[in-house]
Parts: sequence; structure tokens; C-alpha cells
Amino acid sequence: MSDLADLYRDVVLDHARTPHGFGLRDGAAAESHQLNPTCGDEVTVRLHLGPEGAIEGISWEGHGCAISQSSASILADLAPGDSPEQLRSRIAGFRAMMRSRGEVEGDEALLGDAVVFQSASRYVARVKCAMLAWVAVEDALLKLG
Amino acid sequence: MSSIAPTIAAATALEESEVYRLREDFPILREQMGGHPLVYLDSAATAQRPVQVLDAEREFLTHLNAAVHRGAHTLAAEATEVFEQARETVAGFIGARPDEVVWTSNATEALNLVAYALSNASAGRGGPEADRFRLGPGDEIVATEMEHHANLIPWQELAARTGATLRIIHLDDEGALRLGEAAEVIGERTRLVAFAHVSNVLGTVNPVEHLVSLAHAAGALVVLDACQSAPHRPLEVKALGVDFAAFSGHKMLGPNGIGVLYGRAELLNALPPFLTGGSMITTVTLERAEFLPAPQRFEAGTQKVSQAIALAEAVRYLQRVGLERIEARESQLAVRLHSGVASLPGIRVLGPGLGVERAGLVSVVVDGVHAHDVGQYLDDAGIAVRVGHHCAQPLHRRYGVTATTRASTYLYTTEAEVDAFLERLAGVRGFFGAAS
Ligand SMILES: Cc1ncc(COP(=O)(O)O)c(C=O)c1O
Repeated sequence: MSDLADLYRDVVLDHARTPHGFGLRDGAAAESHQLNPTCGDEVTVRLHLGPEGAIEGISWEGHGCAISQSSASILADLAPGDSPEQLRSRIAGFRAMMRSRGEVEGDEALLGDAVVFQSASRYVARVKCAMLAWVAVEDALLKLG
Repeated sequence: MSSIAPTIAAATALEESEVYRLREDFPILREQMGGHPLVYLDSAATAQRPVQVLDAEREFLTHLNAAVHRGAHTLAAEATEVFEQARETVAGFIGARPDEVVWTSNATEALNLVAYALSNASAGRGGPEADRFRLGPGDEIVATEMEHHANLIPWQELAARTGATLRIIHLDDEGALRLGEAAEVIGERTRLVAFAHVSNVLGTVNPVEHLVSLAHAAGALVVLDACQSAPHRPLEVKALGVDFAAFSGHKMLGPNGIGVLYGRAELLNALPPFLTGGSMITTVTLERAEFLPAPQRFEAGTQKVSQAIALAEAVRYLQRVGLERIEARESQLAVRLHSGVASLPGIRVLGPGLGVERAGLVSVVVDGVHAHDVGQYLDDAGIAVRVGHHCAQPLHRRYGVTATTRASTYLYTTEAEVDAFLERLAGVRGFFGAAS
């Protein structure tokens, strides 16, 4: 597979075209807005909690490249049902993979489809794109206390 | 203002064969990127350097390096001489006097120098000579919607520090400044008008003389951001009538870390300094200091000596090729780029329409594909372009986008490179599934 095809797998392009969780919903427990100043990409995420304090869902809005949009969408698929602690550990695992310059293979049980971004981790300039929504969710989790 | 600009006989453009010969001077242009020959279309961000410039810096450091304006030994005297010769070369390049050329780190610092000198005058520094520079509530500073952040934020901050008001000349849909609005905005209260000669995003060439006459009729100073003009076309600061002009060495075949502020001698000598310290004083007591005249007044501390000398070599390189010929060549490349992109469905070019003067660059918006992804797709074929807001967020907001993909040319750009860009760009929507 070419580098480009590896970076933009179908799963990435599909999520970018029809993002899941897109559109901010009311009744959020916490919200965070993050901006990538080098390219102007932005994301706003909201955390919605279920009765037991588990994550019921993530709603988000933003604009940016296929990498940032698809990674937000994949995260929105992963989060429902997690405890805040579980979601934090997914984010930690994602960060470890993204900082590895292609060296660390993501754990599919933890990261689901987000393992595809291992290829993006080889492009230093794209790591921030992939991380944007994850950083926003991490920040929102902090605000939950 | 009577500016008798010499009517330049339409210069013959550099020819493709000459461009290939020039490319021999630029070793980096022979690099391979992931198995593809590098197609460097990002010269508006930073230009590549010919061996002559690289050699000039090494030559100086090998044989002449010493502290300038500070030592009495022979080496220091010789270093000072070539340093000052470099200033003369750059002054000659823009039609200025040597004492009107101030070395800075880059254009950003040059623009901030003017803003802070005015700010210091406004705070009462500079004595009675600087009275005319003092800004306060009721005064107005004018900038434009197309500015690079480097020619916008210093004026925002100056206004905030002095209580003056910042006013803006907006853009029309074709990437031109609204001149009717300019005539209304520039008036009695205007003290300074700052604008770009050439837009780094739109490629628009602004009517400098017209804006200068509006500003001078109002008694305002003119600051020209010449970053995208000085490297690519003749820049005659006296003929244009501007009071200040700023540009960066790294965009004109020169090194990083060196820039130029041109200022009319009379103004520079009346302004208080921005940075203070060594090398810019006459007498210093524990309480106060007297300052040297320009340009030393604005050159505090150890200077960028080898960079200035290499910049002078870059200027000589450009002069040998001929700025008129470079301008004519790049204007042809601009048409090739622009008409090529215009023929691609779902891709639009910001700025002047075909048939209107344009510098050698196009910033494009690809329907359904983010600029970052466009850039990645081009990069995969060895084509280096700039993606993002190009330090001009208000401009992008004006056209309803956050980011564009910019391809920019220089004297070493070939038609084949422009065509490689166009060919690759033609496939981008298909790859990302945006072509319907
Ligand atoms: C129009 C314009 N103004 C100002 C600048 C700032 O130049 P520098 O970053 O070299 O100070 C640039 C370059 O990025 C530019 O294109």
C-alpha cells in the first residue's frame, strides 16, 4: 500500500465524509473547545453522562482535515458506555501511539478503528490533527472533576 | 506627489532554458522527496538559496569575521567595511540611501520597530523632534483586511497602547482593496497607513502610489510591507513615495535572521529608538543616554553580520538576473497556474480574476477537501506547497474559509513544475471522493 493510501484508509475517508456524533447536543456535563493554531482547525466536544455516571455519548462540532474529522468521529463511536476512567485510558493509549512516529502499534481492543492513525503518527505535522478531538475530550473529562 | 517612475520597456521574461541554467545554482532543487524530484512551490514562505549566497557567508566567516563597529584591529575594520558595503548594496537595490537601511531580524521585526518607535514617541520619548509622531485618542491608524499578521498585530497593539483607533480598508470579492472605502477611511485623523505591496495569499498587487497619495494628502505616514514584492519585482521606494518599507532576506535568496527596514532618513533620525543597548549610543551616564543617528540608532547589540553580507550577495544575484525579467517570468507562471487551476472543476482560486495582474502565486480552495489533505496529497508526489491560513486569518475569514492551499513561484520555477502541480491537483478530489 502506498504511504498515502495507508494514511487515508477507507475507514478514515468514510468517517470524514459522514462523521458520527456530529452536531452539538444539549444537556452536556462538560464541554471543551480546542484549536490548532497552525492550521486553524477547531473542535468543540460535549460529554454527555448516563445515570450511572458513565459516558452516554460525545457530541461534537468542528472543521478540519480528514484526519481530524475522522478521529473525532471514531472517538465518538468508542466512548459510549465507558467510565470516565476507561475513556482516559483510551486517550492515554492513543497518545502513546500518536507520539511514537509509527513505532507503537495501537491496541485494537482499546482503540478500535483509531488504530488506523498509527500511519498518521509518522507525519509529525499530522499528529496534532489526529489528537485534536482527543485532547478536547481529555480536557472535558478534567472539567467533570 | 509627482513620482516619475521610469517607464520600463516591457522586459523580456526569463526563458525556460535560462531557468534551467539558474537551477544549477540551487543544490536543494536536485533533492528527491520520497522517490520524486522535489517540486518546490513554497517560495512565498521562504526561498531557496544559490551557492553564491551560501559561499558568500562562508567566505566572510572564513576570512573576515570580527565584531563590526567595535574594534580597532585590522580584521574588525575590514569586517565593518564589508558590512557597510552590504548596506550600500541593499540600499541601491531599493533606490534608497545607505543610512536609510536598518538591519533587522526579519520583516516582522522591522514592522514592530516602527510601531515601537512610534509607541515610545507617544510615551514622550524622543524630545521635541518626536512630537509629530505622538499618537493618542482621536488619532487613527489604517491597515487593511489583506494583511499578513506581521503588518496587522503591531498596529493593533500600537493602537491599544496609545489610545489611537485602528481602522481597516476592506477587500472586495476579487481580492482588491476597496479604494472608495480607502478614500473615506483615510482622512484628517489618519496618522499612519500600513499595507502590503503584494498580498501573500491573493497575489494582488496594490496600487501603492494611489494609497500613498491618499495618505500623504492626509498628512499620514505610509508603511509598506514589501515582503512579497522586493524578491520578485523592482522596488523603488523613492519613486513609490513610501515613508517606511519592510522585507525579509529569506524570501529573496538570502539567509534567515536578516531583514530590512527602509525609512526616510529625516524620519528615522527624528524617531526614538526601539531596542536600546550597545552600539547605538554616543554618551551614556548612569542616568541617561544619547543616541547615534540612523541607522545605528536602531541597531542595538551585536549585528547579523554574515547574514547581511550574504543578503547583499543575494541582491547581486537578483540584479544580475534582472528584477524586470523575473517579474515578467513570474507573471507568465501566474497565468499558467491560474488558468490551469481555473480549468479544474470544484477548485477555485482566491484573488484577482484572470487578466488582472497577479504575483506568481495562487491560493486555492478545493470543494470537499481540506487544505491540509490537499497538501498531503501533493506532498506525496514531492510537491511542496503551503497549507493553512498563511498568517492571514482575517483575509481567509473574509472569503469564508479557514485554510487554503498556496502554490508560489520564483525565478527558479519551471513550467514543468507548474504543470506537475496542476496535474496532481486535478486528481485530488477524486482521491478523497469529493468529485461527484
Ligand atoms: C506579506 C508578508 N508580510 C510579512 C511577512 C513576515 O515575514 P517574516 O516572517 O520573515 O518576518 C511575510 C512572510 O511570511 C509576508 O508574506
